[in-house]
Amino acid sequence: MVEVLTDATKRFVLNVQDYFQLAGQSLANLATSPRYFQDVLDQMDDIGVGSLAIVLMSGFFIGAVMVLQTGSQFVRFGQTGLTGDIVSLALVRELGPTITGILVAGRNASGIASELGSMLVTEQVDAMRAMGTDPSRKLVTPRVVAGILVLPLLTVLSDFVGLLGGCVASVFSLRLGAIEFWTRAINALDFADVMQGMMKPLVYGFILTTVGCYKGLTVRGGTQGVGRATTQAVVVSNVMIIACDVFLTKIALFLGDKLF
Amino acid sequence: MTTRPPIAPPRRTPYDTDPVVTFDNVRMTFDEGDILRGLSFKVLPRETLILLGETGTGKTLTLKLAAGLLHPSQGRVSVLGHEVSSMSEVDLLNFRRQIGFVFQEGALFDSMTVADNVAYRLREDRVDEAEIDQRVREVLKFVELEHTLDQLPSELSGGMRRRVSIARALVSRPQIVLYDSPTAGLDPVTSQTIITLILRLRDVYGVTALLATHRVQDGFALANFKFDPQTRRVVRDPASSSRVQANLDEPVTRFVVYNEGRIYFDGTPEEIASTKDPYLRRYLV
Repeated sequence: MVEVLTDATKRFVLNVQDYFQLAGQSLANLATSPRYFQDVLDQMDDIGVGSLAIVLMSGFFIGAVMVLQTGSQFVRFGQTGLTGDIVSLALVRELGPTITGILVAGRNASGIASELGSMLVTEQVDAMRAMGTDPSRKLVTPRVVAGILVLPLLTVLSDFVGLLGGCVASVFSLRLGAIEFWTRAINALDFADVMQGMMKPLVYGFILTTVGCYKGLTVRGGTQGVGRATTQAVVVSNVMIIACDVFLTKIALFLGDKLF
Repeated sequence: MTTRPPIAPPRRTPYDTDPVVTFDNVRMTFDEGDILRGLSFKVLPRETLILLGETGTGKTLTLKLAAGLLHPSQGRVSVLGHEVSSMSEVDLLNFRRQIGFVFQEGALFDSMTVADNVAYRLREDRVDEAEIDQRVREVLKFVELEHTLDQLPSELSGGMRRRVSIARALVSRPQIVLYDSPTAGLDPVTSQTIITLILRLRDVYGVTALLATHRVQDGFALANFKFDPQTRRVVRDPASSSRVQANLDEPVTRFVVYNEGRIYFDGTPEEIASTKDPYLRRYLV
């Protein structure tokens, strides 16, 4: 029993070490050539443009449902005007980045893991190495850079569409004026709130791409292993995103107090 | 107007008089135990070494060790004067540009067209696009697949994928080509086409080769036949049985047979063909 636990702990520690090695190497690769700019653009298109539809649709409905939920409480105190403030703060500081991160992870961490996993089991990664290409530079770094660059952009769009959804819901459900909603929503935000909302997706983009790449490049057991890696990539990246959210929020609140 | 030959023969190098590949007491250990147990052999320039053995005896492992894709647990691997077994991955990436590797299933990049697959290494080396186009067409013509330029690997048959893989290995004009079971799972006619290609590569361009296979007839075909550039046909090689390795201008084929991670036999096609050893006879049936 003790032996099994020891082995499992050792494996876990080794996996964590390998993950951080891959994640660190993906950024260190940027310091030296060759760099694959075209691959970064291709990945930005795949991760960013490819995720646009789900991010926008989900953002719109989350904004709307936030208004319905908070509005129904504020009605009891005759403070429906505060809905814009609350929805704006919740979306920009928390829900926009985190929901976007989780959605993009669901779509892309799995996609990256299955793509790289399939390449590994069909010896395409070995073929790449045999032709003198570093898979870490060619496959991992472009995805990581694309994830880091694209997620803040998606978050901004998600925030905006969320507020739009909230506005629509508040106009039709709470009978609030659209101008009042937008004015309160914008005035409620400080620079620190926007900074918090923009800092998080940078980290989420890094997490979901590195986890996807790590799971894909450590596939064991053929096509069945690829399926397992795909599922694990989504689960691990989502858990990591939510866990990191706690720490990032704490750091952002601390910095917000000190700096702004 | 002068035209240069489609693919220039490899230049003579200082290694011509020395072995181009040396395995010295190489051991490879995994969790499940020793796979290679003290492997030692040498390959001379323009020689074709047939690595013969059952599945799981370490043939592919040997090729991957030669390409530096794996590091041995013990022993020394030297290729083209480089001590591959102790090189860093960065140095290995540069070194591997001098060798070609034909993987068992082709290992073509399935999201790229045939032309992009073949051009991959040239694009990595930032070769001019006009030259890339010319060289890709040349090598695809060599493997008689110039009509598949814009097709995806998934649209090709198994044999065609292997031929594209050979073209991809050939495009950078390597001095050594490593073939991992190039005829495995192919019908006899397609297998013969692949062997003919390997013969042409050897006899026209003087490429040194390591060929892993479990089919002894592949080795005999390479030993007993040659490609005649004049008639562009494969013909029986009358000199094959009397050839000696000292004559490096003539290609030599040699067999290495694996058994339980060790070299069981290292010799000429004639020796293996006339063997009375029961284990070797199993391959001749």
